Amino acid sequence: MKKYVIKRFLQLIPILIGITLLSFILMQSSSMDAIDVMEQNTGGAMSEEEKAAIREELGLDKPIAEQYIVWLGGILTGDMGVSYVSGQSVFSTFVSKLPATIALTITSILLTVLISIPLGIISAVKQNRFVDYLIRFLSFIGNSLPNFFVSLLLIFFFSLKLGWFPVMGNAQGWKSIILPTLTLALAMASKYTRQVRATVLEELNKDFVQGARARGIRENKILYFSVLKASMLTIVTLLALSIGSLLGGTAIVESIFMWDGVGKMAVDAITMRDYPVIQAYVIWMAVIYVMVNLITDIIYCFLDPRIRIGQEEA
Amino acid sequence: METSKVTIRQQKIKKDFTKQKCIVLTVLVGIVLLMAIFAEYIVPYDPYAQDLSNALQPPGGAHLLGTDRYGRDMLSRVIMGGQTTIFSSLLLVVIIMVVGTLIGIICGYSGGKIDTVLMRISDIFLAFPGMVFAIAVAGVTGGGVINAVVALACISWPKFARIARSQVMTLKQSSFVAAARLSGSGTCKIIFKHMLPNIAGPILITGVLDIGTMMMEIAGLSFLGLGAVPPIAEWGSMMSNGRSMLQTSPWVILAPGFAIFITVMLFNLLGDTVRDVMDPRRNKK
Repeated sequence: MKKYVIKRFLQLIPILIGITLLSFILMQSSSMDAIDVMEQNTGGAMSEEEKAAIREELGLDKPIAEQYIVWLGGILTGDMGVSYVSGQSVFSTFVSKLPATIALTITSILLTVLISIPLGIISAVKQNRFVDYLIRFLSFIGNSLPNFFVSLLLIFFFSLKLGWFPVMGNAQGWKSIILPTLTLALAMASKYTRQVRATVLEELNKDFVQGARARGIRENKILYFSVLKASMLTIVTLLALSIGSLLGGTAIVESIFMWDGVGKMAVDAITMRDYPVIQAYVIWMAVIYVMVNLITDIIYCFLDPRIRIGQEEA
Repeated sequence: METSKVTIRQQKIKKDFTKQKCIVLTVLVGIVLLMAIFAEYIVPYDPYAQDLSNALQPPGGAHLLGTDRYGRDMLSRVIMGGQTTIFSSLLLVVIIMVVGTLIGIICGYSGGKIDTVLMRISDIFLAFPGMVFAIAVAGVTGGGVINAVVALACISWPKFARIARSQVMTLKQSSFVAAARLSGSGTCKIIFKHMLPNIAGPILITGVLDIGTMMMEIAGLSFLGLGAVPPIAEWGSMMSNGRSMLQTSPWVILAPGFAIFITVMLFNLLGDTVRDVMDPRRNKK
């Protein structure tokens, strides 16, 4: 077990280097120089000497490899440079916007679980009955709706027609988180209900269920005590893995609802060509995602003796 | 349970139904594709002609889906937008399928260092959640449909590489490949003549299933202003431009919204059905 955890952490190192290198190269290859962006954003023309002075100050005159090392050192100490637009530290801006995104992520996951686990189980138990077809039909619809369309539909009905919720912003407390949460959870629950259904169905068809039935154990008891227990592991893992698509998906939803999180920050930064901010967003989202996956893997391996033994033997 | 009581006759009925469903869906998707191909010829009005005296007309009358704030006919714009959205997502799927499969085959067939290096690179791309990397790439390269396609291709190819790689690795051990090699076939011939037809099925299914998702992601990038640039008609950017008119003239958003919803649903249904037809093992469940 210990060996496995250490191995997984070591495997993380090349991936983290890859993530940072890729983000660095991406920003380097941008069509506009940092100085040009600054010049454009401040609106004033700069002389060549002024530009050269700023370049030297920012270390932009050094060779690329050296710039990367310096920049990487900066990330490790929480220094990701300053925003071209606001002039504030990128890292602290990112950290200040992160709670809003995390709050939105957590509420969406909770709602997803509340919707999809019961529906998935009902769908599996009543396989090929009307309820199953209805649930599958709805999850299919949810899968085919882009989240920006869902957001706009929700705003149209609940904010503009009914006036129940604010159109945008996170000023009105709990009321303002409902629509963005609904949008994100709807898409995720549609995908997830199907996965829960498939997992429960697979367990239901296993021999131990037949055995339990043969011994005369009540169907409800089999379902709640054996089948669900066996399915939970897969269900939780799939949920943790879907956090990735959620983190990526928040950008659009956040910018529609003017939810002041990191996704909206990134989209705003792109329109202003504020590269350090985009860079921080890409790197930190990737790091969070990789860490979540790693923790999921370790917990999974900890909970499932089959995998644990397999890993130790390998 | 009911599943165990399914008779052979019922199975046959289900199989026939799946086949018929497949034909109907292929025809429907065909119609959508034809509309996209011949968009220029079937639009009732010029989708780019502005007529401010006719702006924001509600649906009905001369303009079936109303007009936008520049007085452009929404129906024509939705049809034209379909061309942009559908073709860019098809192009994207073809790119990631070809690139991913090629890399996957190289990895699976050669093994060793090349495999390790390429797979580590794909790990790095897979480490970026969802659209985060695509948003950054599109943000750096600037707007444009092609840039959006490139951005999404960057993060989407590893999936296909993985499928192709695992398939090739199993096939490499099989006796018919050994026989082909013994009879003197070169690497290229083994890969393209013997292996590719065998791995094409799962890759094609995954590809068709991906079209809908890719369409939503391209439209999503355009919605953020990172894909198609106005005045080019594209469903995502049309919806983004209509945002401020949601209350007064909702048809400006609903028309492209339902267009994308219906198209994505058709492609998803087709993908599901093609999978059921090509992979009968799943039907037994």
